[in-house]
Amino acid sequence: MKNSAIMKTAKKETFIVLALYVLFFAWWYVTAYGFGDDPSEYSYILGFPEWFFYSCIVGYVGVSFLLWICVRFFFKEIDLEEQKEGEKNV
Amino acid sequence: MFDRAGMILPLVLYLGFIMGIAFWGNTFSRKKSDTAGFMEEYFIGSRSMGGFVLAMAVITTYISASSFVGGPGVAYKMGLGWILLSMIQVPTAFLTLGVLGKRFALIARRTKAVTITDFLRARYNSDYVVIAASLALLVFFMASMLAQFIGGARLFESITGFSYQTGLFIFGITVIIYTTVGGFRAVVLTDTIQGVMMLFASVALLFTVTSAGGGVSNIMDTLRSIDPDLLTPGGAGNSIPKPFILSFWVLVGFGILGLPQTTQKCLGFKDSKSLHNAMVIGTFVVGFVMLAMHLIGAMGRAVIPGIEIGDLAVPTLTVKLMSPFWAGIFIAGPLAAIMSTVDSMLIMCSAAIVKDLYFHYIAKNDPERLPPSKVRSMSFTVTCVVGVIVFFAAMKPPSLLVWINLFAFGGLEAVFFCPTLFGLYWRKANSTGAILSMITGCAAFFWFNITKTSIAGTTAIVPTLLISVIAFITGSYLGKEEKPEIIEIFDL
Repeated sequence: MKNSAIMKTAKKETFIVLALYVLFFAWWYVTAYGFGDDPSEYSYILGFPEWFFYSCIVGYVGVSFLLWICVRFFFKEIDLEEQKEGEKNV
Repeated sequence: MFDRAGMILPLVLYLGFIMGIAFWGNTFSRKKSDTAGFMEEYFIGSRSMGGFVLAMAVITTYISASSFVGGPGVAYKMGLGWILLSMIQVPTAFLTLGVLGKRFALIARRTKAVTITDFLRARYNSDYVVIAASLALLVFFMASMLAQFIGGARLFESITGFSYQTGLFIFGITVIIYTTVGGFRAVVLTDTIQGVMMLFASVALLFTVTSAGGGVSNIMDTLRSIDPDLLTPGGAGNSIPKPFILSFWVLVGFGILGLPQTTQKCLGFKDSKSLHNAMVIGTFVVGFVMLAMHLIGAMGRAVIPGIEIGDLAVPTLTVKLMSPFWAGIFIAGPLAAIMSTVDSMLIMCSAAIVKDLYFHYIAKNDPERLPPSKVRSMSFTVTCVVGVIVFFAAMKPPSLLVWINLFAFGGLEAVFFCPTLFGLYWRKANSTGAILSMITGCAAFFWFNITKTSIAGTTAIVPTLLISVIAFITGSYLGKEEKPEIIEIFDL
């Protein structure tokens, strides 16, 4: 079927999205729990505890940016209206 | 103490503006002179959503009263750990749109699917699946809408000082009218404006709270002196243990791929460019609103300590720190979150009744039996009646529906997660698997919740989804593969 190519593209993009999701999870987990859990030893960045700054703020900004890059460079435009013998959407 | 009229004025103007959009949206469905065309316009907006609108439609449906009031209230009590939990929701938009978007859009066009149920019908060709999906959707949506209405009316009461009924009346009637009149197009256009409103509201209150507390460093110092645990990922009293927070990666993490109210939006966008833009915009906005609102809750503890009931944290901060005019602007934020969640569910309930059940089973898919004039009046009536039922239920909430709402979010995931995802990606998926996973998933979710059984410290959704996945795979191997035509349409 001629449209399988389109579906293959869609599948590849799904993997990119899932990879990004796993990456976001890993970053979230490692930065949230990797800085020790004694509040008296915390250091602070822009007023926020280090773990919070990295996991919640950098994590959010970072994943948004990576997503933008991925979408821009790896995601393909496809034609959703596959015109088949005169069949048109209402 | 504060000027009630000054507060209500911006709100009324805002609601009036929303109504105007609905009547503009109505002109589109007027132009449709055939039954199928009308339904495709009224229930999916003729698949015309662009990127910005799609992004807002997905995330505003997802962001509800709990992100604006409930969640920040818990952050007030538990501190930064609860913000960590809320950030699990950052990928909501790109996960939903990225995993489902393109395939859904292509298949929806091939099968002319307007609703998630249409999609399930095309994939599984089974009345049991269709009826189970429609019933689950109606029951869980009505319970959720009720909870949103109650939340909104209480919030209105605590911020403005007007009565619960007044608040319910003002925004309840607004949302019912604009959804009825404008259909899906009005729903997504108003969602877009509501989303912008939410952004403004959260920025305004975040700024207010931060400056009232004398800057972030000061606030963190104060929080540390109240309770050092407020600054830890484990939260005050270590009340957010790891298995608990990791469960949320299922419930509000990848489990959202089952939520029909957000996945349905994947049937309605215009082209692939819109999808790409929506992923980026949606992720940015949802992350921003989550971070800002929960920060407001957590930092609010340093500014106004001693609020006993978590749900009152955001309303109290608003009233005490903002001038009436700004408070009026702010309350539009959470009300926007509520209305934009309710409108999507309302239009989908209407689609379930009119299209999935009535048109298919009673009119036998025959436009002659449901002519354009009739489908129009019937759709308007059903939307309005469902809304009004929920509205009256919210006047004096019946305990059964309030109880069901506790299970609505996870219940929808338990029912729709496997049939949607496996149906889209797995060749062997069939109706036996679908029906088995829907029933065992839903039953398991209720059972785990009611008996409060916890497996390894996780919440109920984790074992539930596991069970429904196992049920789906088992059922699919027991049953027969769907017809080759179906497999071909779905490109599996």
